[in-house]
Amino acid sequence: MSTLKDNTISLIGIEARFDEGQYPKDVPACIVPRERFAEVAKTMKSAGVRLVAEWATDESPFGRGFGIYACYAKGSEYLIIKTYSPLEDPAFPSLIKKFVSAYRFERQMKSLMGVEPIGHPDTRPWIKHEDWPEDAYPLRKSFNASKPLPRVAGEYQFIKAEGEGVYEIPVGPVHAGIIEPGHFRFQAVGEDIINLEEKLGYVHKGIEKRFESLSWVEGAKLAGRVSGDTTVAHNLAYCMALESMAGCNPPQRALWLRALMLEKERIANHLGDLGSICNDVAFAFLLYQFSILKERLLRTNLKLFGHRFMMDRIIPGGVVVDIGKNAQEEMLSEMDCLIDEFERLVAIYDENPSLEDRVRDAGTLSPDKAKEIGVVGFVARASGQNLDCRIQSPFPPYNIIIPKIAVLQSGDVHARAWVRIEEIRESIRIICEILHNLPDGEISNPDLQSQASSPQPHMAGFAVVEGWRGEIVYWIQSGPKGEINRCMVRDPSSVNWLALEQAIHGNIVPDFPLCNKSFNQSYSGHDL
Amino acid sequence: MIRILHQIFRTGIVTEPLPPLVEAEIKEVGARLEETIRKRFRRSLTIREVDAGSCNGCELEIHAINNPIYNCERFGIHFTASPRFADMLLVTGPVSRNMEIALRRTYNATPAPKLVVAVGDCGYDGGIFGESYASLGGVGKIIPVDVYIPGCPPAPIAILQGILKVIG
Repeated sequence: MSTLKDNTISLIGIEARFDEGQYPKDVPACIVPRERFAEVAKTMKSAGVRLVAEWATDESPFGRGFGIYACYAKGSEYLIIKTYSPLEDPAFPSLIKKFVSAYRFERQMKSLMGVEPIGHPDTRPWIKHEDWPEDAYPLRKSFNASKPLPRVAGEYQFIKAEGEGVYEIPVGPVHAGIIEPGHFRFQAVGEDIINLEEKLGYVHKGIEKRFESLSWVEGAKLAGRVSGDTTVAHNLAYCMALESMAGCNPPQRALWLRALMLEKERIANHLGDLGSICNDVAFAFLLYQFSILKERLLRTNLKLFGHRFMMDRIIPGGVVVDIGKNAQEEMLSEMDCLIDEFERLVAIYDENPSLEDRVRDAGTLSPDKAKEIGVVGFVARASGQNLDCRIQSPFPPYNIIIPKIAVLQSGDVHARAWVRIEEIRESIRIICEILHNLPDGEISNPDLQSQASSPQPHMAGFAVVEGWRGEIVYWIQSGPKGEINRCMVRDPSSVNWLALEQAIHGNIVPDFPLCNKSFNQSYSGHDL
Repeated sequence: MIRILHQIFRTGIVTEPLPPLVEAEIKEVGARLEETIRKRFRRSLTIREVDAGSCNGCELEIHAINNPIYNCERFGIHFTASPRFADMLLVTGPVSRNMEIALRRTYNATPAPKLVVAVGDCGYDGGIFGESYASLGGVGKIIPVDVYIPGCPPAPIAILQGILKVIG
């Protein structure tokens, strides 16, 4: 049944142990000796597996050293490989030779936890900016998070390009539009970009550390603010990870309402971004048209769910807001109206040659590169990767209402836009099905809530949710007193940002905003 | 082209069919805004938005005041790419440690007299992120703030109201 698990057992042999405290049970965590950590990666790579995330924990409260984790996935199977690193020798073998996405995961682990990836070619810090003291490792338990960090002298070494006519364009962190901050460094010849390097971390708010000082219930609120545009999906992934380790099963009606909110969030963001993509090719007409549709959706959210972005509507053990028959009818007629208006706009998008001229063949991410980097979400689906957690790790109602997944091969701006057009259509269908078949019953109760928010000590929970950007991963660990010992957040942006650097090669500088918008990755979700 | 024209005629002016309550609020705010802006900024208030560490929630609502339903441009409010052209900074927080210097620089690059509006609960006191090694807390800890707009995130109408308060 579980081929990844079997592969690992046959490779590691009797030395392989499984962590009994890891939930849900279909996502096993296999503990391997440290020297064999990279060897497992090799086996995984040859089995065509994707590296989902890599992270470290400080397990000194359990009387152990650092925990080093790598999560792999193939199809609907997820497997966590865990190893330990002693406190006095914080290091582990790097997976970079096998998996490109390890590049930033491991830099981040080194920067924030102080565990050295042996064999990693890039020793520059990530997220931790050059003016942090070098020995400041905020995710370590010994680090005092409430004390301000002093600033030290330092300079980030960007990759250099030399030669006749090569020049550099530094952009950001404060950008021209109303967007999040980040720095982009272009090397260009004439208008052609020969290299783009991202420097992120500007909106690092210490979210992962902050989790450790909160209760499980407060944690759900913080998860909803990891990336404000994806509040429902983050909130949901956190609650699902927590519920899996607490053995709590929320009522069916709550699960269906969660999916309803998730799809509404998907539609609203896709609408906004389609408009912005059109605006970046100077077709402001569609920006305004799409933003009208988005605004209407947000107003219905406020009316029926009490919040325009449905923040804090999902709690451990259920949801906080129910909808009545009238609300169901109202949303159904809203969807009718939306699909009609939306199709009119899609027809305009589709038959506009000047728009097509800009979006086709711009910012191309080939399917090979997409696979190599391990991108997720609509970026992956626009580049030939058939990945969607709603199919691969479904929770009710996605086991009954099965989404049709749009996969395109061209990997350009148009493909990323078109995948999202198809997803809006599909989400509208899913919402209608949910509304027609919504199970009766309660949406939560105090017993469920207290069960969900009091997991046993020494446990770990894992969950993946397909947010509008793609697969969101949460892995949470309870400490010796049953408190939050670690909450690992992996937004889709953590891997997809790497793909933007690759997709931009050979494009011209003026097309960068368009390419960037077609990816629209989260800065906050990445920087944490 | 014919489709575009058709859609324009079908859409009409969407500012009209707002729910009565919201419309009343917008009008009230709008008229007062227009009057003050005409007086002080000759019908033009130019805003530079700075995300100093927000979760992007507030940015979504600031985008929304530009949509045809709130249409802030009809009151002479528009957003600029450079702080050098700005009358007002609209700052979202909490101010992250890694954005502190950029925020100060943006503030210094804005010509006086300048106004600062901090948007959102995090811009007020750091919100759920609090104060830590990475989050310095509210915007007021770093640069002088004229008005705070509370909310997580504040609704577009609240943002318009906050802008009025600072220039009123």
